[in-house]
Amino acid sequence: MQASLKKILGGRGGWTGILVLAAIILVAFPLTMDIFRLNLAGKYLTYAFVAIGLVMLWGYGGVLSLGQGVFFGLGGYCMAMFLKLEASDPESTKIQSTPGIPDFMDWNQLTAVPWFWEPFHSLTFTIIAIFVVPALFAYFIGAAMFKRRVGGVYFAIITQAIAAILTILIIGQQGYTGGANGMTDLKTLLGWDIRTDSAKYILYFATCAFLLGSIVVLRWVLGTKFGRLLLAMRDREDRVRFSGYDVANFKIFVFCLAAAFSALGGALFTLQVGFMSPSFVGIVPSIEMVIFTAVGGRMSLVGAVYGALLVNAGKTVFSETFPELWLLAMGGLFIAVVMFFPNGLAGLQEKYGPMLSQRLKSILANRKRLRAWQQEAPDATASKEYVVELPQSPAPSSSEPLKTAEAR
Amino acid sequence: MDGMSMSEMGSILAMQGFSGLSLFSVLLLMALGLAIIFGQMGVINMAHGEFMAIGAYTTYLCSHLVETYVPGFQGSYFFFAVAAAFGVAFGIGYVVELGLIRFLYKRPLDTLLATWGLSLIMQQILRSAFGAREVSPTLPEWLLGSLHVTETVEIPINGLMVMGLTVVVTLGVFLLLYRSRWGLRVRATVQNRTMSGAVGINTAKVDRITFALGCGIAGIAGAAFTTIASTGPTSGSLYIVDTFLVVVFGGAGSLLGTVASAFSIGETQSILEFFLNGSMAKVITLLVVVGILMLRPEGLVVSKVRR
Repeated sequence: MQASLKKILGGRGGWTGILVLAAIILVAFPLTMDIFRLNLAGKYLTYAFVAIGLVMLWGYGGVLSLGQGVFFGLGGYCMAMFLKLEASDPESTKIQSTPGIPDFMDWNQLTAVPWFWEPFHSLTFTIIAIFVVPALFAYFIGAAMFKRRVGGVYFAIITQAIAAILTILIIGQQGYTGGANGMTDLKTLLGWDIRTDSAKYILYFATCAFLLGSIVVLRWVLGTKFGRLLLAMRDREDRVRFSGYDVANFKIFVFCLAAAFSALGGALFTLQVGFMSPSFVGIVPSIEMVIFTAVGGRMSLVGAVYGALLVNAGKTVFSETFPELWLLAMGGLFIAVVMFFPNGLAGLQEKYGPMLSQRLKSILANRKRLRAWQQEAPDATASKEYVVELPQSPAPSSSEPLKTAEAR
Repeated sequence: MDGMSMSEMGSILAMQGFSGLSLFSVLLLMALGLAIIFGQMGVINMAHGEFMAIGAYTTYLCSHLVETYVPGFQGSYFFFAVAAAFGVAFGIGYVVELGLIRFLYKRPLDTLLATWGLSLIMQQILRSAFGAREVSPTLPEWLLGSLHVTETVEIPINGLMVMGLTVVVTLGVFLLLYRSRWGLRVRATVQNRTMSGAVGINTAKVDRITFALGCGIAGIAGAAFTTIASTGPTSGSLYIVDTFLVVVFGGAGSLLGTVASAFSIGETQSILEFFLNGSMAKVITLLVVVGILMLRPEGLVVSKVRR
């Protein structure tokens, strides 16, 4: 039990990393933010699903996909189709010329729900589809490319082209997909109103739970022999192949895995934000998702979550106050991360973390020594002068000045 | 399509074919620069579209300057504008290689991300400098209007002009790469970098000039493009995926393959546009290209280079 737990959490460092993240997103965020901002944070956390998928695929597998937005979008659209069908019951759509079908279909002169929409009346099917549709799609792309040993730059360009194709297709097929506006006005999930504040709280915590669960699962995957093979493939693919492993199958698997996690993020995104549109599918969002991973650290699952949170928070703050500076900052971030911190925040922490904790330890030790010295000589002039000023601030509980200094 | 006679059908086909040819020219002009950078150096330059935008804005600036200071020059400024577009894009490309690209040759995927960042920065700079609105230069009168080949077939002159420019640039690149001392050095560096260094080729310098040349050609593409459509800060990025597909589809490192793939993609899209709407034509073209690439990853023409 102990050993398997250790494997899942990746040793002591892994424990603390996940616990700190859990404390931040489960306790600190809900306590300090109002519901609007918490909802925003929840939205960013759904991008983190894509980012941790990219850690597996790009950081460990060495395969850069510039089309992860496709899977995020597929998951989101599956969820949105279910919610849209539920929202357009005959009662609330009775002003349409054909009541009971989604509004954008009615606007595009469709008179019946198309066949591929039909199964999405069922929630069970929808939940299965959220994982299976993107994973199958990823399997087809992956099988076609990896079996032919297409990788690296070519894979990146082709996934990017696929992202472009899907965006054009979604925007062009307005009657079936809602076009450029996407699917809006999503209201209830099995009768449960997802627009209320309490629902938003619940969805936020659900997102956090899913995210932490996904990190634990992926950590476990990386801790197995498969994880080590993945790293070996990234560094010396031919050697792994010569050792008798089918490199293509491993790559396909990790691509499908990353796709499924991205899709989960997309589905949670739709639930929290209440709509889905092609602007989360195309080339630009896909590349932005890569930068979340790069900023957080392409080798760190927990780091990728921080990357997603920080970059998006930066984007929101910057684009509200200095919209012109945002693109410059984002572009500079891309270049700086690639050129100077290829391992992102996690790399920085790894490099400077021990040094910092050393410094912190020595500072603490110094303060201990200082305190001991103060107790020995309570009327040392320098520290007394500093301490005497303190009681002027309203601190009624401390009658003795020296105690306040100690308590600090 | 029922009420049309055969001759009308024929002239529509001819005009659609011609619009395919001008799409082909623009794609080829953009892809040539990329083919040099990606094919010869293996560097993915996501900012390529922005170099094109720089060329287009340079042309716009030239037309503006000529209009204000030497109006008599209006008729022939365009040729100088093309040269200026090449020069400006070449210079910026040279600086970019010096400051950014040369540190990343060992990490092609990271180059992709860094140049994407560069493209964001360049877009914002263009937007701050020229505004978000699309601009177009004042074209000399002989470029406007169209040739009447028959009564129903009209061919726009600016399209012809772009095609002519494409032919000249393609020939120039061919001569440079395969018939000049510099091209010999580039090809030697591609085939075996260490050996080229050993026989006395300054490979770092070759890389720098190659990258700058690719950017310069993107500048020419921008100058040509601006005669057909107006330019905005983001118009370069609209074409970047298509251009990459052209290069990959043609087979990286092969000039002939690039020409062939630009031709087939341009024509397929234009002819499909006649039967379907624009977005479906594009989807089908891209799908076919991606499909073929999945079956034949090395592209149309395989260059015989040992890597």
